[in-house]
Amino acid sequence: MNSKKVNVKDLLINNGIVILILLMVVFVGVTKENFFSLSNFSNVSMNVACRFIIAVGVSGCLITKGTDLSAGRVVGLAACLAGTLLQRADYSGRFELTKNFPELNVWVILLICVALCCVFGLINGIVVAYLNVPAFIGTLGMQMIVYGINLVYTKSVPLGGYRTDYTVIANGNFLGIPYLFIIAIVIGLIMWFVYNYTRHGKYMYAIGGNEAAAEVAGVNVKKTKIIIYVTATALYAIAGFLLGAKSGGAGVNTGNGYELEAIAACTIGGVSVNGGIGRISGVIIGVLVFELLKTCLQFLGIDPNYQYIAQGIVIVVAIALDIRKYIAKK
Amino acid sequence: MAEYRLEMRGVSKSFPGVKALDKINLKVRPGTVHALMGENGAGKSTLMKCLFGIYHMDEGEVYLDGEKVEIHNPDEALHKGLAMVHQELQPIPERTVAENMYAGRYPTKKFGPIQVIDHKTMFEETAKWLEDVKMPYNPKAKLGTMSIAQMQSVEIAKAVSLQARVVILDEPTSSLTDNEVEALFRIVRDLKSRGVSLIYISHKMAEIREICDEITIMRDGTYVGSWSMDDITDDEIVKQMVGRELTNIYPPKNDAKAGEVLLDVRGYSSIHERSFQDCSFQLRRGEILGFGGLVGAQRTELMEAIFGMRHISSGEVYIKGKKVTIHRPQDAIRSGIGMITEDRRGTGILGCLSIADNVSISSLDQYVEMGVKLNKGKIEQLVKDNVAKLSIKTPSSKTLIQSLSGGNQQKVLISRWLANNPDILIMDEPTRGIDVGAKYEIYQIMIDLAKQGKGIIMISSEMPELIGMSNRILVMCNGHITGEVQGDEATQERIMSFATQF
Repeated sequence: MNSKKVNVKDLLINNGIVILILLMVVFVGVTKENFFSLSNFSNVSMNVACRFIIAVGVSGCLITKGTDLSAGRVVGLAACLAGTLLQRADYSGRFELTKNFPELNVWVILLICVALCCVFGLINGIVVAYLNVPAFIGTLGMQMIVYGINLVYTKSVPLGGYRTDYTVIANGNFLGIPYLFIIAIVIGLIMWFVYNYTRHGKYMYAIGGNEAAAEVAGVNVKKTKIIIYVTATALYAIAGFLLGAKSGGAGVNTGNGYELEAIAACTIGGVSVNGGIGRISGVIIGVLVFELLKTCLQFLGIDPNYQYIAQGIVIVVAIALDIRKYIAKK
Repeated sequence: MAEYRLEMRGVSKSFPGVKALDKINLKVRPGTVHALMGENGAGKSTLMKCLFGIYHMDEGEVYLDGEKVEIHNPDEALHKGLAMVHQELQPIPERTVAENMYAGRYPTKKFGPIQVIDHKTMFEETAKWLEDVKMPYNPKAKLGTMSIAQMQSVEIAKAVSLQARVVILDEPTSSLTDNEVEALFRIVRDLKSRGVSLIYISHKMAEIREICDEITIMRDGTYVGSWSMDDITDDEIVKQMVGRELTNIYPPKNDAKAGEVLLDVRGYSSIHERSFQDCSFQLRRGEILGFGGLVGAQRTELMEAIFGMRHISSGEVYIKGKKVTIHRPQDAIRSGIGMITEDRRGTGILGCLSIADNVSISSLDQYVEMGVKLNKGKIEQLVKDNVAKLSIKTPSSKTLIQSLSGGNQQKVLISRWLANNPDILIMDEPTRGIDVGAKYEIYQIMIDLAKQGKGIIMISSEMPELIGMSNRILVMCNGHITGEVQGDEATQERIMSFATQF
């Protein structure tokens, strides 16, 4: 009897953030009009889509006890790359450097963005796996490098005037479901398959669980880590590409700070910062919960400056609760 | 003045399931060096930990210069004049010699209203104490830049500075060169002449002979006896250390004649001078090859190097007559070697993963379909087969491995390798930390594997296990293979004499 009571208490504490925010959603939904509306849901789902793709990328790094602080800046770079290559021919403010480029198919441009960004992921992977630089530091450096490259490339010129075959990717829908949402679901399914049904996925969890033991068991730790960082960067690039389409513009500060939101969302969704633990479904919940928090705060009319404070508290509490689970296990 | 500087009377200590110490006596006279000897696991370290209050003794009394004392923690021990130079030093390598010597008791001075560390006094005092043990190092040097021998001298100087009455040296020479050993002995003699008592824990007979006045021998947590060094021969010491009966707790060995040579290691040398050097041996089909020796003999290091976990400076490996290059564990696995490491938690189990994942991690290539997808049904079957075959006790294949007992974890690790069907299995202390019942099951598995034609290398520090299980035993000492004993001719005395050769 007594032990059951404790379990309920533990369950409540471990999922404290999720429960709290769901209560908040119910409260806001009941008290504010338009919260439970189709347009709001569509809006939230589109926001969630990009964040989710980024968070899935970061989750691989977190599961192997790493992290990736370059995520947000890679998102920005991909958005700017796509932006400079996908402006309308008749747009007056076309980007100097690319204005005479031939008009390529939008999917080819996506591939170009992904390929270019993956170079940075490859470097991240090599730095972490072969040079044994802590991921926190290695990717922090990459964050600055990518931002710098973006500044040099765009000269801080904001981009706009996109082709409609680009913007439709974000704004269009299939039977009322936004394309963005569908893309996110497809990516989620692919990554779920990778995490659960491939050698790479198993190796990833093994490295996170015990890197030295994984090495002894014959796991190619270095290769696996590199694949994780490259995949992550590919996902950031896709997210950046979609983000540009969604906003109809991009600038050097697009994606700024998204890596921290992604890490926070992963942690809320049960991806352990101690490695070895984390599921795609958890990442979805984490991103959703975090996005709902932001939406609720907006609906409640809270000053945006205070929203940052609230988000910060949620991040710290989420990680503290995660660590608590780990310590309790001992 | 009391007859004994330090006297421990009837010290007993139990851990859950084992009696680690049973009424141990230790009497050390002032100004003498007292050897404490015993096999691995005889309880020497436990006894010292009880003395220092790291463990709380269940029974027994401690007297210092005839006065009864109770010591609850290492800090109290230090203040009562007991100092220990550990086998594995625990210095702070990035700080200076002086800071290491005065860690936790820095001299301070007033700087206005606040207490600050008096660096000048600290450096001067340190220089003085180092001078005192005739090791005039620079007190401002970073400890990390010094050799192990020099670090030891710093530890000893620290003991002197604390006016230690008893200094304990735990395997002090295990990583020293001959010259460094000489220097250490000079300090020991100097301390002795000042009336300090020393307890000298070592496995090296020659050193004990050279430096010690009296000896106490322990065996399996019991007190064997104390002698003056003049009254006991080397052979007698070895006999007293191992003198226990072998009980029949091992399954019958595989008595079929060993087959073809599976593994042929030639001239393996570590990149580290003090690790294994020029080791050559062969492993044949169907045999269990035991590796004996004392802790620090570099057996684990040699095996880890063969498995690609450590670097070598020279040496070749032939598997079934074919030369192979092994740079990392993957290479070894592909060549048909499996490895159960000594440190099950550190390099064996994947703690937060399921049993299924732990069993299949090394053989995933076999279950891939259509280029990428893992066939979970096949993996599940593999796990089921192994759980049944090795009788692993677990609620389900999804149970986390960390919730299993040590014996069952070990079986999971064995099945991980069996899934690859390797010819060669290296097992480093395969039954460490495993209870008696599960031990027998592991022995049975090993013998079955040998009968199936696999070659097994077993490192064991437990002499009876080594003799009870091995068809052939190689003994290592100080990084060299010093002797070979056939399984049926093996005696603890013979192994011990090879193991203490240097």
